[in-house]
Amino acid sequence: MSRFLPILYCCLGLTLLSASRPATPPQEVLVAAAADLKFAMDSLVKAFPTGNDISIKLVYGSSGNFYEQISNDAPFDIFFSADLGYPQKLEQQHKTLSPIKPYGTGQLVLWSKKLDPSKEGMNTLLLPSVTHIAIANPAHAPYGQRAEESLKHYQLYDKVREKLVIGENISQTAQFASTGAADVGIIALSLALSPQLQKEGKYWLIPSAAHQPLKQGFVLLQHAKGNEGAKKFAAFIESDRARAILKYFGFGE
Amino acid sequence: MTDWQPLWLSFRLASITTMLLLVISIPLAYWLAYSRRRGKAVIEALISLPMVLPPTVLGFYLLIALSPSHLVFTFTGLVIASLFYSLPFMVNPLLSGFKSLPPALREASYTLGKSSSTTLIKVLLPNIRPSLLTGIVLSFAHTIGEFGVVLMIGGNIPGRTRLASLAIYDEMESMNYAAASKYALILFTFSFSILMIVHLVNHHFSKPDPLS
Repeated sequence: MSRFLPILYCCLGLTLLSASRPATPPQEVLVAAAADLKFAMDSLVKAFPTGNDISIKLVYGSSGNFYEQISNDAPFDIFFSADLGYPQKLEQQHKTLSPIKPYGTGQLVLWSKKLDPSKEGMNTLLLPSVTHIAIANPAHAPYGQRAEESLKHYQLYDKVREKLVIGENISQTAQFASTGAADVGIIALSLALSPQLQKEGKYWLIPSAAHQPLKQGFVLLQHAKGNEGAKKFAAFIESDRARAILKYFGFGE
Repeated sequence: MTDWQPLWLSFRLASITTMLLLVISIPLAYWLAYSRRRGKAVIEALISLPMVLPPTVLGFYLLIALSPSHLVFTFTGLVIASLFYSLPFMVNPLLSGFKSLPPALREASYTLGKSSSTTLIKVLLPNIRPSLLTGIVLSFAHTIGEFGVVLMIGGNIPGRTRLASLAIYDEMESMNYAAASKYALILFTFSFSILMIVHLVNHHFSKPDPLS
């Protein structure tokens, strides 16, 4: 045992040393992004001119989930929300630094790996071969709330209620559908347009009249105070280049 | 108003899992304790894996494996997941129970002409009662505490796969802190009492030790 102890202490020392090493890392911008932005945001970050030592760190989740974390002072610099309501509430709590800026409107699609939803549209959900329909959690994911509204709009909600399975956020919902675990998923167009999902299945656009619009917006948060990188990234999102990328992923005006 | 359904579901899942695990684990632990096969170490390692692996690994494999059979998103699917997830918590206490028994006990029973199954039921099992109790309680409690796997393969369906642990998470995410704290308090009290009872009972068992 006595022979191992010095080695153990050396390891411990090295660990502590490496953790406390004062370094000058690139300026870090921590971004909380609604899960529907998963692929669009990756492209945006790639297109962001980073000659200036800015490192963008992305976290994806449901907007309601982020709202909850940010109102408890999570250290995010920018918040991209799939619903304007959440950033507005943060504004009332004085957690924001900039006005809320819209960046697009999201759209819902029926997506399936096995079926072609464009044949029957919404009635695809009534097919006997459809036993599980994935939607995002209406309690805190805007896409889940809109999915529920659409089902009610077509008077399908009571008929398919037993088939619904709930994803933690829109990206887990898409994952349920893309693994085939759920026969159909009601997911974001921006995810259906990603190369991964385009290869694997087919989708049908749910008419936007069926639900409240999914107006999306981003906002700089209090934590970004003095963070020039965050401000540059925010400015970039409003550039023509970024708009074009967002449009490519199905975010309408 | 408290919605009791998630708690009831968790309770039901834990009871079914524990009963099935007991049936599976007694022969399994018996075999592991007394067999001289070489491959034993592999099996032992496999059984203990769920204790060290992140639940996401199990969740990932189960989602892929259960998808074609339509068991994913069902209560039965959760039972299957829990069997893997809680297996080490039943097998390991039984195994150490069997191993701690003096070989003379088993040999004496054989010498008196008892078959190996009679020996197991009438001699060995009654002598590892504390281990049985520990196994039962730990697998029950561990199943109640399941979260990651359930989140990945359950689909959070109210009344079918929304367990108490998920309900707490959901209520928190929707900022219903009052409801979340109600569930949390109930689970806290329940788990605390059950563990305390086990420790009390085990102390009681361990006092008169007839074998040493």
